[in-house]
Amino acid sequence: MAAASFHIELDQQGRPHIRLLGQWSLRSLENDFAALKTSLAPYFSDPFTSWDLQQVEQLDTAAAAVLWAGWGAKIDNRISLTDEQRAVFDMLGRLDISIRVRKQPDLIGPVVNLGKMTFEFLGHLRDLMQLLGLLFMEILYVLRRPREFPLREFSANIYKSGVTALPISALLGFMIGIALGYLMSKQLRAFGADIFIVNILGLGVIRELGPMLMAVLIAGRSGSAMTAQIGVMRVTEEIDALTTMGISRILRVVLPKVLGLTFVAPFLVLWTSAWSLLGGALSANIELGISFHFFFEYLPTVVQPVNLTLSLIKGLLFGFVVTLIACHFGLRVKPNTESLSMSTTSSVVTSITAVILIDAQFAIMTRGIGI
Amino acid sequence: MSTPASGHDNIVCEARQVWTVFDDNVVHENLNLQVRAGQIVALVGGSGSGKTTLLRHIVGLTVPTRGEIFLFGENLNEVDRLKQQRLMNRLGMLFQQGALFSALSVYDNIAFPLRELKQFDEETICRLVMHKLSLVELEPKHGLLLPAQLSGGMIKRVGLARALALEPELLVLDEPTAGLDPDRSKKFIELIKQLKHTLGLTVLFVTHDLDTLAQMADRVAVLADKRIVADCTLSELGMIDHPFVNNFFHDISARMERAQ
Repeated sequence: MAAASFHIELDQQGRPHIRLLGQWSLRSLENDFAALKTSLAPYFSDPFTSWDLQQVEQLDTAAAAVLWAGWGAKIDNRISLTDEQRAVFDMLGRLDISIRVRKQPDLIGPVVNLGKMTFEFLGHLRDLMQLLGLLFMEILYVLRRPREFPLREFSANIYKSGVTALPISALLGFMIGIALGYLMSKQLRAFGADIFIVNILGLGVIRELGPMLMAVLIAGRSGSAMTAQIGVMRVTEEIDALTTMGISRILRVVLPKVLGLTFVAPFLVLWTSAWSLLGGALSANIELGISFHFFFEYLPTVVQPVNLTLSLIKGLLFGFVVTLIACHFGLRVKPNTESLSMSTTSSVVTSITAVILIDAQFAIMTRGIGI
Repeated sequence: MSTPASGHDNIVCEARQVWTVFDDNVVHENLNLQVRAGQIVALVGGSGSGKTTLLRHIVGLTVPTRGEIFLFGENLNEVDRLKQQRLMNRLGMLFQQGALFSALSVYDNIAFPLRELKQFDEETICRLVMHKLSLVELEPKHGLLLPAQLSGGMIKRVGLARALALEPELLVLDEPTAGLDPDRSKKFIELIKQLKHTLGLTVLFVTHDLDTLAQMADRVAVLADKRIVADCTLSELGMIDHPFVNNFFHDISARMERAQ
């Protein structure tokens, strides 16, 4: 098992004659064909060099391909080979490598891509509409036959995306409340407007921040999990297995997720907002000396209760949008790892974008209410 | 140049006094197995007898609880990382489900191990990939397909082409014909036998399918009672006195006559 090597001698006219020795194959662990190729490179291009491979112990296709490429994809009479080796090179020469030829740069490529992207966007929109329609039909079906309602899955989803999200949403809300409260206290004190901290925090957190924070959190936490889960179920054909049992995939897989998260989202909004306010109140207490008792006593008088209603409606809407988008992307996963990761990313990005767009729209529509 | 009596230098892989224990469950108890160069060895045994576990030990995916695994005379778990990687390159494994990288095309799947070596330029790699595709009787245009677009038989072929990419000495097959129809599995066996002949491979495979076994194996290693109870040619199995082997030989002998 000698490693691949070569021996150069000059003949009377000073022309190099190269004898290859040892194991020219990947089996010999010491071989490095990149290095061999580099050291042989000057001889490959020299038309006066003659080659002798007859003493090579073993020549595999990998080594042969390297030599073949070096010789410029041809064998001529400067190269002496055994019959066996000649067969290997002949076989290499017959291979069709046209597959590697790259396409010419395409001038209208960007336009084509834009068109493709537009169609893909429209495709997403159409599928989303279809999913919405199917979901609606399933809800009607379930209303007629309440026994078919997937209660177990529904409650499991409430637990998975609601109950287990409580600690993290409390922590997040509390921390953001503290940070906001602290910054506002600093500014308001400069104007001597300490008392307005309650107005600003109350309105900001209840109407805007609470629902938004909750939506981002569930999009990242539950939305991505749902996309991945449905995606893997598609890859492993579990979804198809359900269908062959005569069980609607929308009813059993999508519906409990959508209803579960939509149901639990307003409660999560309440919970997150409450912790944010608590954090804000703590900051106000430390920075401005406003007591907790005063803060929460004063809150309902400056923030109209209708804001809470708006916040809960937003929570419902966001929960619904996030799950719908998550399920939509999950159902579009193709059976490969790349598609799974892409769909999960798209799901989270799209749902957060959608939530922000809807929130802006909502803010415009309700600009006369509760302020 | 005579080989020593023990014939150590033509043993491709060897399991020495291997014990595998999962929690309280003893899978292998003092198991010994040798595979010599140029053989096609079938590893057979009942369901749950630890065939696949042993295979995973041999290719270095898992480490036995006790005992040693030697590949090409080296203990895989004792050599350094670079050496380990190069030793692993000398064996090719075909997984039961193909285990193709689903995000990569057929071409890139086969090119992957070649690119990892970082010794070849793209043109050489292309030539080698086309060679491997032709070895497994696929056409160049199949290189553009994604694993999800392939049929079961083609997945096996591509998996085999990828396993052969680095010109291994040892080919390890886990259930090579599972999921193929009889006609295709017969063709696949022919292919493996022919490749074994042209490339000078040693083949170790696990199978449940008696037809595959009868058509392909030179030798069988029977795994029962947590150890190898027989390691011999198919026809010698009849001489071994063990309930599982007797049963097994009874089933196999009829098929062997048909295969010949």
